[in-house]
Amino acid sequence: MSLGSVPLKYKISIDREQCMKCMRCVDNCSYGVYRIENDKILIDSRKCTACHRCISMCPRDAIMLQEKPVDYRSHPLWTAEAREDVINQARTGKIILAGMGNARDYPIIFDRLVLDACQVTNPSIDPLREPMELRTYLGKKPAKLEFTKNDGDVELKTKLAPNLKLDTPIMIGHMSYGAISLNAQLSLAKAVAKTGTFMGTGEGGMHESIYPYQDHTIVQIASGRFGVDINYLERGAAIEIKVGQGAKPGIGGHLPGEKVCSDVSCTRMIPLGSDAISPAPHHDIYSIEDLAQLVRSLKEATEWKKPVFVKIAAVHNVAAIAAGVARSSADAVVIDGFRGGTGAAPKVFRDNVGIPIEAAIAAVDQKLNDQGIRNEVSLIASGGIRNSADIAKSIALGADAVYIGTASLIALGCRVCGNCYRGLCPWGIATQKPELVNRIDPELGSEHVANLINAWTLELSELMGAAGLNSIESLRGNRERLRGYMLDEGLLNVLKVESVGA
Amino acid sequence: MCGIIGVIDRTMSRMDGSSIKRALSLMDERGSGEGAGYVAYGIYPDYADCYAIHVFFDNLLEPKTMVDSILQKWGRIIHQEEIPTYDQPDLKKEHIPWRYFFRPYTDLIVGTTNPADDTVKHLVMTVNSSIEGALIFSSGINLGVFKAAGWPEDVANFYRIEDYKGYIWLAHNRYPTNTSGWWGGAHPFNLLDWAVVHNGEITSYGTNRRYVESNGYKCTMFTDTEVVAYLFDLLGRRHGLPPETVVTALAPPFWDEIDDMPEKKEEFLRTLRLTYGPALMNGPFAIVVATKDGIVGFTDRIKLRPLVVGENGSRLYISSEEAAIRTMDPEVQTIYMPRAGEPVIGRVMV
Repeated sequence: MSLGSVPLKYKISIDREQCMKCMRCVDNCSYGVYRIENDKILIDSRKCTACHRCISMCPRDAIMLQEKPVDYRSHPLWTAEAREDVINQARTGKIILAGMGNARDYPIIFDRLVLDACQVTNPSIDPLREPMELRTYLGKKPAKLEFTKNDGDVELKTKLAPNLKLDTPIMIGHMSYGAISLNAQLSLAKAVAKTGTFMGTGEGGMHESIYPYQDHTIVQIASGRFGVDINYLERGAAIEIKVGQGAKPGIGGHLPGEKVCSDVSCTRMIPLGSDAISPAPHHDIYSIEDLAQLVRSLKEATEWKKPVFVKIAAVHNVAAIAAGVARSSADAVVIDGFRGGTGAAPKVFRDNVGIPIEAAIAAVDQKLNDQGIRNEVSLIASGGIRNSADIAKSIALGADAVYIGTASLIALGCRVCGNCYRGLCPWGIATQKPELVNRIDPELGSEHVANLINAWTLELSELMGAAGLNSIESLRGNRERLRGYMLDEGLLNVLKVESVGA
Repeated sequence: MCGIIGVIDRTMSRMDGSSIKRALSLMDERGSGEGAGYVAYGIYPDYADCYAIHVFFDNLLEPKTMVDSILQKWGRIIHQEEIPTYDQPDLKKEHIPWRYFFRPYTDLIVGTTNPADDTVKHLVMTVNSSIEGALIFSSGINLGVFKAAGWPEDVANFYRIEDYKGYIWLAHNRYPTNTSGWWGGAHPFNLLDWAVVHNGEITSYGTNRRYVESNGYKCTMFTDTEVVAYLFDLLGRRHGLPPETVVTALAPPFWDEIDDMPEKKEEFLRTLRLTYGPALMNGPFAIVVATKDGIVGFTDRIKLRPLVVGENGSRLYISSEEAAIRTMDPEVQTIYMPRAGEPVIGRVMV
């Protein structure tokens, strides 16, 4: 018995009057939507992923895309997606794979939080005329200053642990070489070097061409330990242990063998064409004390010269877990919310496991504050940060800095089509095919990413100035400057934010 | 907008409250008649080894019984009385100001190097957050806060502050925005030996508040100023930083300036800023803080509120307005305006 096909996701049409048959669409589509027969461009809409590559390259704006061109009988419970997932799984008996972040229509807390500005009783500060400080240090901080007094002179005894110095609290999160292309990673690396911030290498080792920017990288150790050796550890400005990821908490990772080309295999230190499978837990971390041990081992290996971060997915008990991490020698806790992106994740995880980053930041910040250790450890938030307002709100809820991922890829062309796991990314980002990778010019790409970081930094300065703050540490955890709009009491209580009007 | 003035006689020669009353009343333009207050150091020489605990009671039954009982649990009440007040036609008596002279037991708490101070701090936090109808607004040794909702001269006459003699005086004339007309909202704010008067608004209040709460303080006065007293107590008393370093932590130089400093100074300020980032105070403010050892005045890092300093021999004046200083002391010798964030310090000479 055949289940037949499911309806098209997208319908592509060409305005034949406008079309000049330049064939750019045919050349650009890596999914094979277009082909030429008898001098006519034919369309196979079923292959379309809505990546917009053809649309953005068409000189005549002749291509139209329609989402869900075929209606189902409408039903509030049995949505088209629910029905199609069942059909697909009935056919294959497999787990459904998906790319990018959580695609469920959960309420977005960021959009129910509003920021504050000064009026009359306190003047706003104009960042064009007054200094505005966004410099952020990530790493362990002393609980109090130790010093000796000599004839009234204060002699410092405290020696600071190594901290990362950021010119702006915006970093780029961990996307490995393998998951993304070298040109994409190179663009990000050049961009963070230009803007005085940092990027994560992901669990994929560090390719030689990133070496010139290594002082702006955070090298990642994940459960597969791909690409890890002392050379790798020593190159990074900081080290990050990845325990979990917001897009797929509780499970490991899988880079398909097709993406493991010779360069990727060398960088990851795995055989050519082999699947790179990261197990769900680290096989040497079965408890919090094991984690503390690994943190110390990494510090010992790098002579206590580098901060070590620990990244966990935002799960229900994130606050207590973060407090445990903070008690190790870790310098920063990274929490990744359930909207965090990924190259590939089981859809059921991506869409159903974990909690939103807004609530996670608030809960972790509160727990650390209650335990009197908030300022001793840094808190980095990631997972679903779309603009400078999201960053300002994250910091006001208690984050020191943020990682952006998807946004930095959008700056390189990504249109969030969610097919990263197929290795055919027409924008040259989530692919290792040389002809696609070459579509990114790292010089130009880095300019776009740097522009984005600079634009958001400017907006942050303006938001801070309007709120009468000239230093980012005065925004951190300053929940007085947030109000909840149409958030329920339970959530307001978790966020420790008042309602609008209060 | 508010008006502040402070004075110290560095030889500890005591002044009565009449001249500061005149000076504060001169700045009525800066207030709205809804709050004024004074604090004076050295006013209770007869009880020089007792904590002078000033309380606003709503009545003398339940709240007072509860305060009596908690104080008796934690120490000995050496003497207590209603603070003498004198009705003023334009001042409505909302509370009964009371004072205890109190000696805490020092063997009831652990984990502190100063059990007496920490016991009294604990009592202040507990009473103010849990006993309805009682508010401790002054808790230091040999010092006292006198405040109410009203114009400066009415508040001064209500308490007859000219009857008190102190070597340090701070005074504040309030234009309230947060908590209008509430006696507890008037300045000065005091905790143990620290008293604060403040003109401005602290835009970093949420951050500062979380930091002091993280260190065991409870903010109960619904206003941003109390946090300054707690920050001074935490950094100055518990962490032992000298007052000028506390000021630098609260209003530090900008990173661009720090980067250009000689290595040792750069390292010191970087370490200070990283350690005390959540204590950094933002927003427009001019503040004068007092302890028994002296006074410190400073403004925010870009001086969005005025602060003027005057000197005459052993006396140092800090105020919002030069005219107020000249009213207090027509013979004043030097007058100058400190730079943004620069601490102005007057120490007693011992």
